[in-house]
Amino acid sequence: MNLAWYWTALIAFVIVNFLLISASVLVYAERKVSGYMQNRPGPNRVGPFGFLQPFADVVKLVFKENIVPALANPFVHSLAPMMMVVIAMTAGALIPFAHNVVIADMDVSVLVLLALTSISVYGVTLAGWSSNSKYSLLGGLRSSAQMISYELSMGLSVLSVVLIASSLSLTEIVTDQAGGWGILGWNVFRNPIGAILFIVTAFAETNRAPFDLPEAEQELVGGYHTEYSGMKFGMFFLAEYVNFFIASFVIVTLFFGGYMLPFESLILAQWPALAGSIPLMIMQIGTVIIKAGFFAYVFIWVRWTLPRFKYQQLMTLGWKYLLPIALVNAMLVAVGVMIFS
Amino acid sequence: MTASILFFVLASVAIAAALGMLISRNPVNSALWLILNLFCVAGLYLTVNAEFIAVIQVLVYAGAIMVLFLFVIMLLNLSVLPDLKRIEWRRIIAFIMGMGLLAMLMFIVANTLDMVPDPVTLQVAAETGSATSLAKVLFTQYAMPLEVIGILLLAATIGAVVIAKKKPV
Repeated sequence: MNLAWYWTALIAFVIVNFLLISASVLVYAERKVSGYMQNRPGPNRVGPFGFLQPFADVVKLVFKENIVPALANPFVHSLAPMMMVVIAMTAGALIPFAHNVVIADMDVSVLVLLALTSISVYGVTLAGWSSNSKYSLLGGLRSSAQMISYELSMGLSVLSVVLIASSLSLTEIVTDQAGGWGILGWNVFRNPIGAILFIVTAFAETNRAPFDLPEAEQELVGGYHTEYSGMKFGMFFLAEYVNFFIASFVIVTLFFGGYMLPFESLILAQWPALAGSIPLMIMQIGTVIIKAGFFAYVFIWVRWTLPRFKYQQLMTLGWKYLLPIALVNAMLVAVGVMIFS
Repeated sequence: MTASILFFVLASVAIAAALGMLISRNPVNSALWLILNLFCVAGLYLTVNAEFIAVIQVLVYAGAIMVLFLFVIMLLNLSVLPDLKRIEWRRIIAFIMGMGLLAMLMFIVANTLDMVPDPVTLQVAAETGSATSLAKVLFTQYAMPLEVIGILLLAATIGAVVIAKKKPV
């Protein structure tokens, strides 16, 4: 799809603002859900049902003093939070939100996504190093070790999806899931092990509990962002929420039919006039947001349910269980694709 | 037109980043310059429509290898070298001009020996640069070298594991 540059710029503007707003909604959702899970009301003072709480938090962060430690490397100290946010936002350009609604429809968008995950580790590592604090450094080192270890399993589970769709483009992976009866064409039914692997590694790559060792507050005070204050800390906070929302979009796109409505082929067979129309596009955007919202809820749900892993448990899980399972799964899927197609 | 402007911008940033990597006195800053350089080279690949190679460049070099470099540099906690007292401009200018002369001579020699590759149009580059065509060539024409490289890398990995273990297995 070749749009004029101003349309692309407009869509990009809308998506960036959508991600910013959704980050604050997710912060509210996280605090509210955790509150109910711990049998307390959660934020309920600012605005109706406390809904304006995240905005109050942002205002607070903006007005806080920006403190840079005396022995820190000031340039890298400022660069790290920017990198985190920019990389998190860039991934939004690759997600297909509806049929033909995607900013950068590349042939290799799956690989771009993996590349973005692998460079997002710089933000955490550099933040940890530049603060010149032992807690920050430990957090940064833990995160680079963790993200490198889980990238392999993530890449292999993505590979199994690429094999099924025989394409590296996210839009083609979505359209490939249209076959089958109703929702049975979704990759989660064709490749269930890959789906579980991807969801687990997505938790590790976004540094969310139970894999939030880089910021384990009981051991490391705050981990890699111990020495950050004000809006620089706010940018790490923002990047974390944008990251796991984007991760939910990627989970949906790769394994749960992307923007496709459940039973879309049956609906289109019933009302053929709907194909390619604006109402269908709006319904598709709504569908992908609802699906991604569900997985964002799963991220919050897991965080307040499971305790954190110990460091050696994390490495054992990554290298001794997930990686062999991912290898065998990729091979089984390859054999399956060879037999059935 | 846009592609050539982008090319010159990216190329000059890449050269500047390479120089920054060489003359930077702080090892972490050096590594950061190198990362910038790798990104610029990936951008150069994009200007000639080689999307796959560009992404692989970021994924492998910037995403995996440089993360390990940075990891090691941080663990070693290397000290920052002292700044140079004075810079000899005469030598720097002489070096740049000498390199320029060498590049010109190399080009002329290559041209007379007919070793300069023919320019490829962007359409052809886009076709040969895609993942599918690359995979076809790799797994048919160059299947044997690919397998050999795979075995070599496996042997290197096993060797690294053996060396990393203190006691002999």
